[in-house]
Amino acid sequence: MKKVGILRFWGTNCDRDIWQAAEVCGFKPEWLWQDDSFEAKDYAYFVVPGGFSYGDYLRCGSLAAQTPAMKSLREASNKGFPIIGICNGFQILCEAKLLPGVLVRNESQRFIDDWAELKVENKSPFTQSVGQRIRLPIAHGEGRFFAGDDELKKLEDNGQIWMRYMDNPNGSLKDIAGVMNDQKNVCGLMPHPERALLEWMGGVDGHPFFLEAAR
Amino acid sequence: MIKVGVKILPRLEVLDTQGRAVEKTLEQHGRKVDQARVGKYVELQVNENSEAGALKKAQEIAEFVLYNPLIETFELEIVKA
Repeated sequence: MKKVGILRFWGTNCDRDIWQAAEVCGFKPEWLWQDDSFEAKDYAYFVVPGGFSYGDYLRCGSLAAQTPAMKSLREASNKGFPIIGICNGFQILCEAKLLPGVLVRNESQRFIDDWAELKVENKSPFTQSVGQRIRLPIAHGEGRFFAGDDELKKLEDNGQIWMRYMDNPNGSLKDIAGVMNDQKNVCGLMPHPERALLEWMGGVDGHPFFLEAAR
Repeated sequence: MIKVGVKILPRLEVLDTQGRAVEKTLEQHGRKVDQARVGKYVELQVNENSEAGALKKAQEIAEFVLYNPLIETFELEIVKA
């Protein structure tokens, strides 16, 4: 059975949800602790879950980005393994420069906990059979995507914008909810697909994210 | 031992939500200012003999993790005892 590697840091709190999602989708989940080094080859894909890694100290994701586990993840990324960062995981991937841009405080200065309508703009390893319009929960205080004008243009031109909000909740530039690296194997999004897995959760649009990324 | 202060501020082109909140409160209390910006200050005590060496080390540390050039700028200063 293929394994799914789930990174955990001090303050990660969506890790159990990802574990359940991987199990529901027929994978064998495995914890990867912040201080661990690992070999990528045994894994179908990697997840950097949400939470408040290192208490959001300094900048969201900035301290988690410098851990040994992230060094191993960078090697996995270079080998083309699919990697998804969700919410704080997205922030960590940006701070590690595995993804472009940065997430800053919501324009409203409020923490937002809601459902968001999204438009999937470009194909990724995690959304091969996902429709163009999906609905996922969001829960973040610092989810406003920011990048310089040149970077934003590059993201548009290269098809690296993964998804956009239909109704921008946080002031993200270009309504961006998720982006990919230029190789399209590293994907980050603020919404939580693991919270829309089964009908009783209020939606199932997140289910395919955890089914498909196996290489 | 030399102490170096690292003063980190949000870039002008980045919306500084904390600064905006401070501005609003000051205005509500009759203390209007043209602009307030909120950043952070990190004090590093480094094991260097010269101020130049201490500044060089602090510069490397700031660029390594303390600031994000996309959204912030930083300045270094020697902290006098």
